[in-house]
Amino acid sequence: MRVIFLLIAAGGMVAAGFLAAFAWAVRSGQFDDTATPPLRILFDDAPPSSSIPAKGPVHVHFRR
Amino acid sequence: MSTSVADPQIGSRAGRAVETFAYDNAIVRQFAVATLAWGVIAFLVGLVVALKLVFPDFLGGFGPLSYGRLRPLHTNAAIFAFAGNAIFVGVYYSLQRLCKARMFSDRLSAVHFWGWQFVIVLAALTLPLGFTTSKEYAELEWPIDILITLVWLTFGANLLGTIARRRERHLYVAIWFYLATFITVAVLHVVNSLELPVSLLKSYSMYAGVQDALVQWWYGHNAVAFFLTTPFLGIMYYFIPKAANRPVFSYRLSIVHFWSLIFLYIWAGPHHLLYTALPNWAQSLGTVFSIMLIAPSWGGMVNGLLTLRGAWDRVREDPVLKFMVVGVTAYGMATFEGPMLSIKSVNALTHYTDYIIAHVHLGALAWNGGLTFAMLYYIVPRVYGTTLHSRRLADVHFWLATLGILLYAIPLYVGGIMQSLMWREFAADGTLRYANFLETVVRIVPMYALRAVGGTLFMVGALVCIYNFYRTARQGAFVADEVVSAPPMAPLSVHTGAGGWHRALESRPAQFAFFTFVAVLIGGVVEFLPTALVRANVPTIASVKPYTPLEIEGRDLYIREGCVGCHSQMVRPIRAETERYGDYSKAGEFVYDHPFLWGSKRTGPDLHRVGSKYPDSWHYLHMRQPSATSPGSIMPGYPWLYEQQLDTSHVEGKVITLRRLGVPYPLAYEKPMLRELGLPVMSAARLDLDNQAARIAAGLLQAGMKVEPDREIVALIAYLQRLGTDIKTSPAAVHTIPAAVPAGGRGAR
Repeated sequence: MRVIFLLIAAGGMVAAGFLAAFAWAVRSGQFDDTATPPLRILFDDAPPSSSIPAKGPVHVHFRR
Repeated sequence: MSTSVADPQIGSRAGRAVETFAYDNAIVRQFAVATLAWGVIAFLVGLVVALKLVFPDFLGGFGPLSYGRLRPLHTNAAIFAFAGNAIFVGVYYSLQRLCKARMFSDRLSAVHFWGWQFVIVLAALTLPLGFTTSKEYAELEWPIDILITLVWLTFGANLLGTIARRRERHLYVAIWFYLATFITVAVLHVVNSLELPVSLLKSYSMYAGVQDALVQWWYGHNAVAFFLTTPFLGIMYYFIPKAANRPVFSYRLSIVHFWSLIFLYIWAGPHHLLYTALPNWAQSLGTVFSIMLIAPSWGGMVNGLLTLRGAWDRVREDPVLKFMVVGVTAYGMATFEGPMLSIKSVNALTHYTDYIIAHVHLGALAWNGGLTFAMLYYIVPRVYGTTLHSRRLADVHFWLATLGILLYAIPLYVGGIMQSLMWREFAADGTLRYANFLETVVRIVPMYALRAVGGTLFMVGALVCIYNFYRTARQGAFVADEVVSAPPMAPLSVHTGAGGWHRALESRPAQFAFFTFVAVLIGGVVEFLPTALVRANVPTIASVKPYTPLEIEGRDLYIREGCVGCHSQMVRPIRAETERYGDYSKAGEFVYDHPFLWGSKRTGPDLHRVGSKYPDSWHYLHMRQPSATSPGSIMPGYPWLYEQQLDTSHVEGKVITLRRLGVPYPLAYEKPMLRELGLPVMSAARLDLDNQAARIAAGLLQAGMKVEPDREIVALIAYLQRLGTDIKTSPAAVHTIPAAVPAGGRGAR
């Protein structure tokens, strides 16, 4: 069972990495706004020669 | 690829010039074609192995097409070739759009694509040829393991580079899932693949027995978590909102569910080893985390399904949403089953049975397959600038796939439970009601047949889908570079910097609670470290000795032929098992097992106590044609073991390698001994091998079977007869139930 040390070390490294990512995400404001990001992805980038016709209307439900 | 153009309107408003660039659709198409092509191959190989359980002689008599060698090919093709390429389709398509940037490097994309396909081709060649480590979903040998690592890092570099060059500051939740996938799979693969090479295509795991089992299932379970779950959740979070044209039900829930899911999953591995020789505390830890996992898993499912609120009318028409709904629902069912199967009493019933095979196929076919096809139905028409060729054909595919999944899973659920109940049924006089294992096999063969029908339906559905895509591609024009424009990334807004990160955290109770939770759990880990320090966790047994050179060769044949795919080597401390197989397996018996061969499925009986149970002659007859000794057996014959000479060229190398790993072979055991009177120069190890083989061949001759001592079957018999015998005090002890094992099988250790 001494291999558990290796697993804890490997798992701990991953966990520490995720913890750092989480801290970074909170500090850099990634989670400040939970309303617009889910909406933003729905709008495709307009191609320079806006030739593609618009699709149906977007129905929006806010959820906090 | 990007050129700056000053757009007078947008540019002046944002104070930044709008950049025009192009998404790389060519790499998406490459991965999509690979997904479909390898998918069909994975389904086909799966169908072949399914048919072999009904017709054992189907494609029989030829090693590379035997069940034991094809099964790992099927699982690897399904996971790494089908689902793997599908992940890359999803990541390469959605990441570019979420980051508003082309992939970091076209060259890295190409290296990644061709490198991954090369790995798959190598797997398709080496696995049927019998080059395998035998560790499930990590069967590939060490040079391929290294190649996988390099290709995976290439993917990671491309992923991170794209994120670094993004034009959208906010990382959408799908990207979090992709990042977790990259990081965790890298760690899992490297830790589980640590092995010491003997030759170019043969290695021994660094770990032995219990240790190897724990590392393997830490890997195996998290391969499910971080290869088959997190990337597909990322795909779900991008493609469901896009296809339904609705924002995700709750973005907050997606964040909470992401962080809790990745944190809990990594500890759940030991639930694959309940009632085994793994220490009890590790088993309990796995059970607890597995049960907790239901919360984040269902958080994801609910979030996916509720995104479709008010859009259910579209589900009726849109094949993308149909497959999504079936996929996400199956995810919910599978992640309900998972925690339930991790409860010890449920696990005692279902483990080693085909119930687990049904469980994983619910995940693989419905969740991974469903999301993959949904995603492809979304992407293919778009990159060809057209609409889907035929919605009717997509409906046909949907119903073939859905019915195929049901017809696959339900018979195996029924068969698995039925067989397990037969295994544990006692007659009134206290003996096993079905003492002959074969009686329980022949009863479920009809279920195997129904399963093959289900698999066929699923595969036909996939072929219909491919035809539909082919026609779609024909009617459209492929857009390799999709030109778009976006402003560069905005600078960090001022307000987030003020007040410090903890201030920001304080106003977010959900995140704060989670943070606290992490802190508490870290404390828990620190607490249990001292427990792990106690060496008594794997008690050594003085009578357990290393395998002889011939047994090592026999064991390597057992590995090559994939015997572990149908036979476990782990008798659980449950009365029905000790009655059937003998004394329950102890951790100390496996200290020289590099790798461990406990197995995960009992299509045939457990073999840990098979040593000296039958005479050599029985094995000799049985291995050539199992139905000769066991009428009705669905095990195939292994005629080539009787023709091929045992390759002993690495005997010394194997001894050296195993000694390096801690197996106490005598000093100079592998060194050539100078023999007088012109006798050949050979090592003591080789001499032992020759002598043992000659003894077995002589014994067989007495029983009326003539075999050359240098044939492979001799080595395999040597290994089988050694299994589990080291702690047997007398032959009479084999069928004795230990007094310490009460009925119901609890608390035996």
